[in-house]
Amino acid sequence: MSPTDLSVQEQQASAHKQQVVNDFSIQVATVNGSGSQTANLVLLRSILLMGVPVSGKNMFPSNIAGLPTWYTIRASKDGYVGRKKEVDFLVAMNPETAKEDVLTLEPGAAVVYDEPLKLNALRSDLIFYPVPFDKLVASVCPDAKLRRLVRNMIYDGVLARLLGIDMALMEKALAKQLGRKAKAVTLNTGALKAGFDYAAANLPKQDPFCIEAMNKTAGKILIEGNAAAAIGCMMAGVTVVAWYPITPSSSLCESLIGYMKKYRVDKDGKATFAIVQAEDEIASLGMVIGASWAGARSMTATAGPGISLMGEFAGLAYYAETPAVIFDVQRVGPSTGLPTRTAQGDLLQAAFLSHGDTKHIMIIPASVEEAYTMAMDAFDLAEHFQTPVFVMMDLDLGMNNWMSDAFEYPTRPINRGKLLSAAKLKEIGEWGRYKDVDGDGIAYRTVPGDGLPAYFTRGSGHNAKGQYSERPDDYVENMDRLNRKFETARAYVPKPMVQSNPKAKIGFIAFGTSDYATEESRDQLRDEMKVETSYFRLRAYPFNEQLAAFVDAHERIYVIEQNRDAQLLQLMKLELTPEQQTKLRSVLHYNGLPIDARSITDDVLAQEGFEVARKTVARVSAGSAGGE
Amino acid sequence: MPTPLKVNRIGLEPQIYKGGKTTLCAGCGHNAISERIIDAFYEMGVNPSQVIKLSGIGCSSKSPAYFLGGSHGFNAVHGRMPSVGTGALLANHKLIAIGISGDGDTGAIGIGQFVHLMRRNLPIIYIIEDNGCYGLTKGQFSPTADVGSKLKTGVVNDLPPIDTCALAIELGATFVGRSFSGDKKQLLSLLKAALAHRGTVMLDVISPCVTFNDHEGSTKSYAYAKDHDDPVEDVTFVPFFEDISVDYEPGSAQEVVMHDGSRLILKKLEEAYDPTDKINALKRLHETARRGEFATGLIYIEPDRDDFLAQLNVCDEPLASLPLERLRPGKDALEEIMEGLR
Repeated sequence: MSPTDLSVQEQQASAHKQQVVNDFSIQVATVNGSGSQTANLVLLRSILLMGVPVSGKNMFPSNIAGLPTWYTIRASKDGYVGRKKEVDFLVAMNPETAKEDVLTLEPGAAVVYDEPLKLNALRSDLIFYPVPFDKLVASVCPDAKLRRLVRNMIYDGVLARLLGIDMALMEKALAKQLGRKAKAVTLNTGALKAGFDYAAANLPKQDPFCIEAMNKTAGKILIEGNAAAAIGCMMAGVTVVAWYPITPSSSLCESLIGYMKKYRVDKDGKATFAIVQAEDEIASLGMVIGASWAGARSMTATAGPGISLMGEFAGLAYYAETPAVIFDVQRVGPSTGLPTRTAQGDLLQAAFLSHGDTKHIMIIPASVEEAYTMAMDAFDLAEHFQTPVFVMMDLDLGMNNWMSDAFEYPTRPINRGKLLSAAKLKEIGEWGRYKDVDGDGIAYRTVPGDGLPAYFTRGSGHNAKGQYSERPDDYVENMDRLNRKFETARAYVPKPMVQSNPKAKIGFIAFGTSDYATEESRDQLRDEMKVETSYFRLRAYPFNEQLAAFVDAHERIYVIEQNRDAQLLQLMKLELTPEQQTKLRSVLHYNGLPIDARSITDDVLAQEGFEVARKTVARVSAGSAGGE
Repeated sequence: MPTPLKVNRIGLEPQIYKGGKTTLCAGCGHNAISERIIDAFYEMGVNPSQVIKLSGIGCSSKSPAYFLGGSHGFNAVHGRMPSVGTGALLANHKLIAIGISGDGDTGAIGIGQFVHLMRRNLPIIYIIEDNGCYGLTKGQFSPTADVGSKLKTGVVNDLPPIDTCALAIELGATFVGRSFSGDKKQLLSLLKAALAHRGTVMLDVISPCVTFNDHEGSTKSYAYAKDHDDPVEDVTFVPFFEDISVDYEPGSAQEVVMHDGSRLILKKLEEAYDPTDKINALKRLHETARRGEFATGLIYIEPDRDDFLAQLNVCDEPLASLPLERLRPGKDALEEIMEGLR
């Protein structure tokens, strides 16, 4: 099994004369639960500390311990942080997958492997570096019980030597990762050095890959999207959080708990928040709705299966008009699907979640920085529009480490929306909970305990005063007002990021984490094939007028998505004219791995009628049925 | 000089505590319960603007519209009122919450949320208006219907009932009672005591469905309830603001001092019954059920356990009204977080 989708092609190893500096990918294949995450994060951070743009992606199984896991690190002097399809440097630690991992490499790739696996017999077109891990770990870790945990640190040392990573920086990264655990630092430093020394003495450099110091990462942070969103929620002033554990969203609420305990507890030890692990996702959203109804800023985070369960409550919040912030950290569906793999497959489900005529605001961050800022946007939008707001993240963004500029402190005051005040009540005279005073579809609300007029909130039919009504005219009036509110939202949600290229006949539309591969693919198309493109990165639903204008300005539009059914394209069709619709084409990626630039480039070239020389054009399904 | 209006201790007239006109069937037990709620809130002098009324779906869940018209209400989705109530109280722990559910809303679709509400000991008065059937969908059995009870159509129930009181005690509710919609005095005393309790109050109130389940063969009919009611004590409630001495023979009554200083006086009936003894309470419920009777009164009370909000250690001011200065950490906090990530 292999997480990459390259077909095997045997070639003679060709001697590499030229160095490949700061532009390659490393894949570490281990067994999950073996403590490899520390070693991988140390490797990742050490490259960052070298000043080289870097990204890390964890491809792990839905399992506690014992199944294969792959961690991919990409160093890119040009700042490309999307997944690179080809693996240049493999660290093969897992006997179960080692053979297939090696067989799927491109010729010329390098392999560090555990010596007893004898992988060098498999191919003659690769560069092999055998390392006796057990022997080395025994020498630095007398306690046999701890060896399993420090064994992986040895490959960091080997790579530091082979790739030219400054050992001092690696030790700094290690210290950062382990914090104040002195014994662990000592043991792991020993392992690091053992690997480095072994490589220095026994492994002459044969491959072309190396890391050289740059100055492109000064001040940068490394953070997972879920933690970034959590910081945003805290800065937004969230007070009530209800959640139910589910991969890949759990770490959002868990990070939030950590931050809130540190920064949102008063001097007397009292919390300015309440976080509840609910009995399921239904109750989570119920609590969020109850809290928002009573005036708190409230949120939950979940993934696709949780979104499915939340359907009924989402409709209640839409119709009764209570704010709710719902993070959907998307994973592969349908059903349980691939819980630890990434996708953008909940778009249509979230847009129309619940029965009847229901539609929701979605905002779609592409970066950790946007996960942070859009978390704040989400609360403002939910309270301004008194409706659920879905923050559509995905596993790739939420659970992987991303390099980013440090987050800026928010300068904008928060928007609590139209809360009725005594003065406003005097001004408007007669108040009705669902009365459209301002013509934007958004009514004034009161909250329990505020001493202003009370109302009865219900998911059943109601008139402008909030009274029970089954009258046809009341129903239509209310539904039309809700539509008016949704129309108003078009101008308030995050605007798309548009790069218009006057020379381009082709326009790309993408969203979320497809951004990185899309940008890189545009460069590939321009540099390799002289194909110019424009780019529209969608950041919210409902769309604004820029979408149709972008479609009009181009001959062909490629909608790039990480799902099977072209969900964004379907959503766009609802609002585009038949003529505009004829321009739409799809680039789809849905194998559970983050989308990569080469796949987009090849797919677009094929659809554009180019004869594509590369062997990788066919979308081969990745991974295998093995494992479980 | 005009006659002074009748007002309660906070100066409000009884009228303020009334709600909209009921749309339930004439003679429905639920209406009697609404009336007792109105009486209890009036007599206890609860400010309606600080009350939230919550419900799920069903006949019972409609009733919050028929009492306390000046209070905010939330008629949520079927069986999920507990989570909405929990959220509202997290947002503002000063609110007084009353939730009205039914036997289907609680025992069937809502059993999951009911279970976790009881576990958390959330400060809410949770009333099950229990008629053993689904009224709004025309009389199907609910999970509290007794074995052998008959529908109007002749269909007999074969499945054992869920005893919501036993379940609530088992799960951690700290005030569990059962009453009958037709027993004005007992129900009113229990409701007033409920208002003085801090923690989850679970009241199962047998409330016959006059349209679908008030016939021979039903164990939730007026006739059956009257004949099989087995009060465990005579409940008298003395609010903290009333200095009334209650006469009772020494040893024949038990006094429970409530959270707010009120007193609950339980005159023992034919046998010694201690409602603070959990095992005894469960035993009593099982014994009466075996006889085809139902024990009424205060079945179980644990007056001193911390409620959910106390456990969460939330600040005194309602979370919903905290100003941004208290909610958004300063620049130094963000810089500290960023430094940790470099």
